[in-house]
Amino acid sequence: MASKDSDPGAEAPVPSALKILVAGGFGAGKTTLVGAVSEIAPLRTEEVMTEASYGVDDLSGVESKSTTTVALDFGRITINESLVLYLFGTPGQERFWFMWEELSEGALGAIVIADTRRLETCFAAVDFFERRGVPFVVAVNCFEGAHLYEPDEVREALSLNPEIPVVLCDARQRDSAKQVLLTLVNRVAESVNA
Amino acid sequence: MQAHDEFGPGGIRPVPPQRDVVGGYGEDTGSEEAGPLVRPYVIAQGRDHADTVQLDMISVVIAAKRAEVDEMELEPEQLRILELCRKPLSVAELSAHLDIPVAVVKVLLSDLLNRGLALARAPYQAKSPVSRDVLQAVLDGIQRL
Ligand SMILES: Nc1nc2c(ncn2[C@@H]2O[C@H](COP(=O)(O)OP(=O)(O)OP(=O)(O)O)[C@@H](O)[C@H]2O)c(=O)[nH]1
Ligand SMILES: [Mg+2]
Repeated sequence: MASKDSDPGAEAPVPSALKILVAGGFGAGKTTLVGAVSEIAPLRTEEVMTEASYGVDDLSGVESKSTTTVALDFGRITINESLVLYLFGTPGQERFWFMWEELSEGALGAIVIADTRRLETCFAAVDFFERRGVPFVVAVNCFEGAHLYEPDEVREALSLNPEIPVVLCDARQRDSAKQVLLTLVNRVAESVNA
Repeated sequence: MQAHDEFGPGGIRPVPPQRDVVGGYGEDTGSEEAGPLVRPYVIAQGRDHADTVQLDMISVVIAAKRAEVDEMELEPEQLRILELCRKPLSVAELSAHLDIPVAVVKVLLSDLLNRGLALARAPYQAKSPVSRDVLQAVLDGIQRL
């Protein structure tokens, strides 16, 4: 049990962190999915973000900046003593694009949750990650009673490139959420090799 | 004319809405957004933002073990940060635990880093190609959940 370097004064190694974004419309199941795989109950943080015109093509010429407080839910998975993975649930509305700019910086990849009751609420996220070249997968969240499209129908509706995985999930189930994560990391591995 | 819009019980399956690939970025101007949020973050007042260390939301922080802490020189929130950071924690986690916005945590932390009371590790940069080993470690870690 005793570790070799038990010098009480020695500085502990500081792990470095990776992040994965979980995007999707209001109530799509972002926080639920984060919570299903996180080793801590999802935490909430507030980031005051400056909304500048960059990245929003249509707003060229608009120079005024405003700040918006954005609440982010996140969870944590300790990979090993030198690596920690954070999962950030981010709001899906178009007006949060400016925030994704900042959040997607350095992100390993993204999970877009498609809520089949309101499929269009994930269009903006798909647009964003596609354009940014952030590797992503689409997780089709299965709500009871909601009409369920087949993954292929979702793929079609989202006009996804064939290499983008579409997986069905139940965000409440750890195993299901795990599969989504694994699919994403495998997708990242593919895009690294490509 | 209405035939496509009707899906009675057991009737035609609805057609999913279609993403407009060409349209791309929408024209949401966010103009309904309220004005700047002004909240008096007294604890961060008077700090010089110029010497703020580059910190990310997922920079991982740990309190320096050997450091001599002069409690009188620090804000109470900074003492709490040092306490929480006996184990490595991210800026985002500190923000959540202290219920202080990320931006303010960064300011408080910068000061601690400058004083040598804490250490921070920059995030793993996924921009530079992620190594196979790291990806494999992540896969293994998720599998173990
Ligand atoms: N049946 C079912 N319910 C789900 C699933 N995922 C989430 N829910 C429920 O849907 C509701 C919304 O889920 P959240 O995880 O809070 O959604 P969110 O995307 O974080 O919502 P906002 O942060 O408010 O945008 C909760 O009541 C969940 O219990 C799922 O896969 N199946
Ligand atoms: Mg949520």
